Amino acid sequence: MKNKYVQWLFNLPYLLWLALFVIIPLLLIFYYSFIDLNGHFTLANYATYFHSGTYLKMTFNSVWYAFLVTAIALLVSYPLAYFLHQTKHKQLWLLLVILPTWINLLLKAYAFIGIFGQNGSINTFLSLLGIGPKQILFTDFSFVFVATYIEIPFMVLPIFNNMEELNPSYINASRDLGATSWQTFIKVIWPLTLPGVKAGIQAVFIPSLSLFMLTRLIGGNRVITLGTAIEEHFLTTMNWGMGSTIGVVLILAMVLIMMITGEHHRKRR
Amino acid sequence: MKRLLTFIITVLTACGLLIIGSIHLQKNQHIQSDKILNLYNWGDYIDPQLIKKFERETGYHVNYETFDSNEAMFTKIKQGGTSYDLTVPSDYMIAKMKAAHLLIPLDKSKLHGLQNIDPRFMNLSFDPHNKYSIPYFWGTLGIIYNDKFIKPGTIQHWQQLWSPQYRNDIMLVDSARDIMGMSLISMGKSINTTNPATLEAAKQKLDKLSPNVKAIVSDEIKTDMAQNDAPLAVDWSGEASEMISDNPHLHYVVPSEGSNLWFDNLVIPKTAKHFKAIYAFLNFMLEPQNAAQNAEYVGYATPNKAALRLLPASVRNDKQFYPDLKTMNNLEVYKNLSPKDVELYNDLFLEFKMYNK
Repeated sequence: MKNKYVQWLFNLPYLLWLALFVIIPLLLIFYYSFIDLNGHFTLANYATYFHSGTYLKMTFNSVWYAFLVTAIALLVSYPLAYFLHQTKHKQLWLLLVILPTWINLLLKAYAFIGIFGQNGSINTFLSLLGIGPKQILFTDFSFVFVATYIEIPFMVLPIFNNMEELNPSYINASRDLGATSWQTFIKVIWPLTLPGVKAGIQAVFIPSLSLFMLTRLIGGNRVITLGTAIEEHFLTTMNWGMGSTIGVVLILAMVLIMMITGEHHRKRR
Repeated sequence: MKRLLTFIITVLTACGLLIIGSIHLQKNQHIQSDKILNLYNWGDYIDPQLIKKFERETGYHVNYETFDSNEAMFTKIKQGGTSYDLTVPSDYMIAKMKAAHLLIPLDKSKLHGLQNIDPRFMNLSFDPHNKYSIPYFWGTLGIIYNDKFIKPGTIQHWQQLWSPQYRNDIMLVDSARDIMGMSLISMGKSINTTNPATLEAAKQKLDKLSPNVKAIVSDEIKTDMAQNDAPLAVDWSGEASEMISDNPHLHYVVPSEGSNLWFDNLVIPKTAKHFKAIYAFLNFMLEPQNAAQNAEYVGYATPNKAALRLLPASVRNDKQFYPDLKTMNNLEVYKNLSPKDVELYNDLFLEFKMYNK
């Protein structure tokens, strides 16, 4: 009996934390999404969301850009993690990959403004080659490039860790049984590192869905995602209801992603 | 682990001791803790020398805190827990704060020098008879161009921004009201219209501007224009004056067919406590000499007629920032719109931003 009380006491801080900072905020977002500008209960926010071409297009944009960022990050990170896994001074190279995450996101964004600007280093180089300055900042390309750059460490880490855990005897066995390198990769390495890839996709896709600062700083508001709309509804129009509705949609999208990427994981166990 | 803990504890102790020391020092400097003034203002919106002068003359200590948007300021004052004595909202926000009962009326008997203010800037729709506010600065919305790319004098009207020759050349300020307003003026409509059909037409007109738009941002415009990165921008006069002081190739035009005329006024929010200090500061800022010094530092247009006379002729006669009477007559002040209409403006603006190239 006493033990149970003690256990409760130890759990209390965690329960309080969960309630205060996870459950109540989520409920509040959910609650506000049913409230209109005058404080009345309404379903109009959802009706607006799913009827207006603007929000649907914005959703499409957000998902599309998040997909692009995730796909490119994966294309870069998988081989990178593989080579990291093979190199001699693994920890040093890994440190170099992680190092940029120690720098504030805002600072990195401002650095890119300098690099991509009309008088930035890239345009100076292009001018030297005789191509002349090009508009790089405020384009789709610059947005996807910077977003990918920022997300790459979060993709590399889980894949790298997964490769480290991979038992080399599987690869040796595959070779011994006469598989080519390609076959070994497709049949052994890739399936065994899939959990890392999935974790990486979750870690990259979900934050990419609601990137909003980069859309302004690097995309010059020529790239609009749901994050931009949420910011606007909370700060400018003060329509917290609509902002929360978009928030709920984003949360649902994230749950969906978690379910899709988590499914096989469970089955195998 | 032990070393890490020692390290963190050392850093914390050192910082703690320094904080205690600095608080102690400050206490010694200001013996009377109630002789303070909490000023809540836009960033870099007053000459720091003036604050020093005010502190020297009156013995009050000024705590200067800043905000970067009317909405942020409104939220912070409404939420309470602050003790701001003075703040500087723009016109429409004054009306909004008044409606939310967040302002304390001015006691005119304690004010000296209100007659220095140009009567044109008094008794305006957002605050009849200036019951709550004293004009601090005023300005306009206009076009900034770089004479390296555009011949001086060619840009005179809003409509010219739509010309195909300026493809991918224009930076727009990220403000729904201002950019929708620009489109409305170019169609000869009022910037306070709430007619959905007119607004929709204005948005469709903006869509046609889309190929010419390079970016829709706020503070970044200043750096980009100063570095000759973009030939054209639509921004406020105060931002323009800052850019011009960084880059002499830039010029500012207020189209004569009309634009927005805006005000930032000093008001006393409900959170105020130090009334003696407040009136001392208001009177201090109304003095022509101080207002002139402030105008020279900040670069916005001063509503203080007596101060204007003290400014150098090159500033006083600058058509860019003190437009002629004909243009002034076409300028319009924003009215405070209902939340529903604000949302209509913002939704249309968002749609314009999403309209791709």
